[in-house]
Amino acid sequence: MKLEALGITKSFGQGNLRRNVLDDLTLNVDFPHVLALLGPSGGGKSTLLRVIAGLERPDDGLILLNGTPVPFTDKSEATLRDYRRSLGVVFQAFNLFPHLTALQNISLPLTAVHGLTEDAAKERALGVMDRLGLADHREKLPGQLSGGQRQRVAIARALAVKPRFLLFDEPTSALDPEMTSEVLTLIAELRKEGTPMLLVTHEMGFARKIADQVAFLGEGRVLEQEPAGEFFSNPRSLEAQRFLAKVLAY
Amino acid sequence: MNLSRLFLESRVEKTSAWLKGLWVMLILLLAGILTTGVMGGSAGVSQGGWASVWKYRDVFWQGWLLTILISLLSLAASSLIGLGAALARRSRILPLRSTALLYVEVVRGTPLLAQILFLFYVVANGVGLQDRIVAGVLILSLFSGAYLAEMIRAGIEAIPSTQLESARAIGFTELQTYRYVIAPQALRQILPPLAGQFASLIKDSSLLSIIGIGEFTLAAQQVNSATYRTLESYLPLAVGYLALTLPISLISKMLERHLCYET
Repeated sequence: MKLEALGITKSFGQGNLRRNVLDDLTLNVDFPHVLALLGPSGGGKSTLLRVIAGLERPDDGLILLNGTPVPFTDKSEATLRDYRRSLGVVFQAFNLFPHLTALQNISLPLTAVHGLTEDAAKERALGVMDRLGLADHREKLPGQLSGGQRQRVAIARALAVKPRFLLFDEPTSALDPEMTSEVLTLIAELRKEGTPMLLVTHEMGFARKIADQVAFLGEGRVLEQEPAGEFFSNPRSLEAQRFLAKVLAY
Repeated sequence: MNLSRLFLESRVEKTSAWLKGLWVMLILLLAGILTTGVMGGSAGVSQGGWASVWKYRDVFWQGWLLTILISLLSLAASSLIGLGAALARRSRILPLRSTALLYVEVVRGTPLLAQILFLFYVVANGVGLQDRIVAGVLILSLFSGAYLAEMIRAGIEAIPSTQLESARAIGFTELQTYRYVIAPQALRQILPPLAGQFASLIKDSSLLSIIGIGEFTLAAQQVNSATYRTLESYLPLAVGYLALTLPISLISKMLERHLCYET
């Protein structure tokens, strides 16, 4: 997948507190499988992911995916909503619907948004659940599942709509180490299936192993963009060197 | 032993024990008053106090039915008003928002009795609304709707923003978000105060007796002035209201358990 960001600017806050989270960010990257967005907290990784996901409109700038612009300029919410429907987003806090079973969480978007019949939606949802090892948890509510299982249900929900690509916003930050590996294993398996993925993560070892390309963000800009192997073995920017020295110290 | 259990376990068993206790006390009270009333009465008036009130059982019955009718109509209307006002308070349109806020603040800031008097004698008379029952239902609905609006709004706003973000990411429209995400979760949140408000609605309908609506309270007052039997007139009044409000809290408790889930 080819991702181009041209002069993306996004600021939050009012008056004196207003600050640019993304500051004239430019990125041009082509990746077959996984692009990892790395960088220090507050550097703009999550905001960039949310802009690409169509959840935030940038104040300025343009995003092109395989040459097609994300419809930010159209002020109607419906166009952007149609765009969002073509993607799958996985959040840090899972964001499952607590009043619905695991199966319903996955099938509801299929019937309500993607126009499948109840039966077709159920069949597809069950297929995805089986594939992700969730067959035993169909009828459970999110509150009855472990964190790792919840995140796998969330991934199944994103995957079931057959998205153009998947976006992961720190998918393991709320999990303990054992569950983290459970989710990372799943993401590594998805890599083989061909759906491109965008990944914001703090798991450096994982990013190194799974990503094709790395974009390193700091102060609202892309400070470095390289194939993952090179980024980790030989970072060019001073900020990336410092960052890696810090996070890999222990 | 039995009695102490009733009180000690009430916290654990939640519904059944305290409700059982309440019923027991109620029945004891009723039985006690009934026996003394009948005995004391039978000595004096030939038929006794209860017997003289018994002749007016139709008045009670009619009043009670009217109270139920008024309550049901007001329940439906106030739910609509409350929902509308709650949504208006969340609206992007400023005039809608401020109108809803004004409505809620005025209604919650004035006593119901004052509202009944003002709305009936000034507003209803002014626009030529003669039907007391219709006017009463409207007044009660406006009153209760303001409280419901605040409950519904609080229930909606208690839903974590991550849920709304998830709904947006999935591509739900605003209507779908309300239907699939907000409504079921908000309903679970506000069920206990909602049931309380509906019970209040039934009790508050008694104030409509002031504008001459022949509901349960006015019926009891009429029986009292005809028989001069205060206890025998007003005890059924209290019991009649309890018979309506207790089932509401019971049903609410059952629903709460049924809708229970961990977040």
